[in-house]
Amino acid sequence: MDTSHLNLPDLGLFAIIAGVAALAAIGVVAFPNAVRSALCLVVNFFMLAFLYFTLNCEMLGITQIVVYTGAIMVLFLFVIMLLNLGAPQALLERKDLKWVGGTIFGAALLGLIGSQVMTPLQNIMEPRAEATFGSPQSVGLTLFSEYLYPFEIVSILLMIGIVGSILLAKRRMG
Amino acid sequence: MLDWYHHQSPVFQDVVNALGRVLLFLLPVLMLVPGCIWWERRFLSWMQDRIGPNRVGTLPKSNKLPAFLRGRSFWGLLQPIADGVKLFFKEDITPTSIDRTIYFFAPAVALFPAFALGGVLPFGPDWGPYKNLTPIADVNIGVLYMLAISSLGVYGVVLAGYASNNKYSLMGGLRASAQLISYELAMGMSLACIVLANGSLKLTDMVDAQRQPLWGAVPFLQNWFIFTPYGFVSAVIFLICMTAETNRAPFDLPEAENELIAGYHTEYSSMKFAVFFMGEYAAMFVFSGVFATVFLGGWNALPIRWEALGDSMIVEKLAGLNYWLAPLWFVGKCAIGISAYIWIRATLPRLRYDQLMSLGWKSLLPLATGNFIVVALWILMTRVYGPGAGWISAVVALLIVFAIYASVLRYGKMASKEMAHREVRLIDPATRGVNLVKPEAEGAA
Repeated sequence: MDTSHLNLPDLGLFAIIAGVAALAAIGVVAFPNAVRSALCLVVNFFMLAFLYFTLNCEMLGITQIVVYTGAIMVLFLFVIMLLNLGAPQALLERKDLKWVGGTIFGAALLGLIGSQVMTPLQNIMEPRAEATFGSPQSVGLTLFSEYLYPFEIVSILLMIGIVGSILLAKRRMG
Repeated sequence: MLDWYHHQSPVFQDVVNALGRVLLFLLPVLMLVPGCIWWERRFLSWMQDRIGPNRVGTLPKSNKLPAFLRGRSFWGLLQPIADGVKLFFKEDITPTSIDRTIYFFAPAVALFPAFALGGVLPFGPDWGPYKNLTPIADVNIGVLYMLAISSLGVYGVVLAGYASNNKYSLMGGLRASAQLISYELAMGMSLACIVLANGSLKLTDMVDAQRQPLWGAVPFLQNWFIFTPYGFVSAVIFLICMTAETNRAPFDLPEAENELIAGYHTEYSSMKFAVFFMGEYAAMFVFSGVFATVFLGGWNALPIRWEALGDSMIVEKLAGLNYWLAPLWFVGKCAIGISAYIWIRATLPRLRYDQLMSLGWKSLLPLATGNFIVVALWILMTRVYGPGAGWISAVVALLIVFAIYASVLRYGKMASKEMAHREVRLIDPATRGVNLVKPEAEGAA
């Protein structure tokens, strides 16, 4: 196998970041404590952002941190702490045949996604995007020219979501 | 040595350069933190008309010293060292029923964003020898990076509050998360105005834009964003939001001592508390740096365009001074920002929780959004009708925004029925009964 195109420092960096991300992802489902699971998810999102950085996609990576790590996960933690889920033992599930079905469906999903993703990834030697790909300028230009209608429709959808949540909160209070 | 260095691989050189830049930023910030603490204690005591710590480091009145040094105290400058020694040798109490991993992890998480935020701040010109020294990373997403990192600041506080297994700590953590999320929005909107006006997220571009002629019209003054109408509104909003983001008075509800003991750091002692303390001061320093970079012209000493003043000897000297001492001017602006923090702390009483929320959501966010629309209008008018029409429309639109805001505020005050519950109850010694005193009549009574 020809290894001359492999950039070893990059590969090492990728191995570290991807390894931590995978461990954190396992931790999300493995920890019995809800707060620790949420923290593992935070680490996972963070590592994902670092992966985007190594691929020259700073904009995507930073959006990942702003939206998921900085906003959504903070709210998750907030809700978990407010709910006060109680002892971890109460959250343990009963051992029954659910895990067999889960394993089968998980393997099927892995095979499905793998078969679709692996083929286009064959023989790709340059792992990075071009420097201008995904920069704020190009993202802005694409959003406001080619995808203007989807963008506006999404913004209206978000507005409806905000107004709806205010309405729900008010009704509960009054 | 240099020769050997230049023969190494470019990747190695990049890594070493980057590490050097990180150290050049981190070490000064770390060293300035004790100075900040000393300055806060002395400045605050001066504002509160008391003396403050002025004794540590007093020299003895011995004959071996020169006469002018005998018994001098140097304004207690060594006080931070004494504080540090005290914190080191205090008994480190770890409560028993805590979540141990998260408890030890939380101070580190609190410290990280404070330092990481400085990664994109340019403390010198981006040409000449300073180009390789600053900023640590001149990425094309600078402002977004700052927002992302400052949004991580909440984790340290929330985790500390949760792991302590103490109701007051948990309350502090929950308050902090609600507060930081609320004020992040207004902060993002106020920065977005500047980004929109400037057309770039890069902080070095932002400083360059502030070196252009003032309002595009006055050639010998620099266009610092705080001098533009929309920039001034943004600056005020940003200043309030950065005080809230660093949990400083009057927004220090997460550690309000008369309600929550010490809030999220109640269960932390000795060095672990010192790390929280250090993180707060480093965050103050770095946020002041952000304010200086975005609104106060970055590393420029004065808003004067030296290159437009002709090329006489003295102008050239002053321009050189402005250029070569750039990091000094930048740190000076940070010092002004920290003094403003202390001044605000000495002046304003702590907000009540509902006041904090309504200030963030009902005042700052609509104002910042209105300001954003004004900037968009200004750009449109400037592009279509030229700069004069642009400025006039911007000022008029800002006045309209303020008028709408003021009328909405008055309407809201008239409509709110809760005001009746907020009257102050005072016990009147003359009647020996409880009288209801309206808040506005308090001064007269």
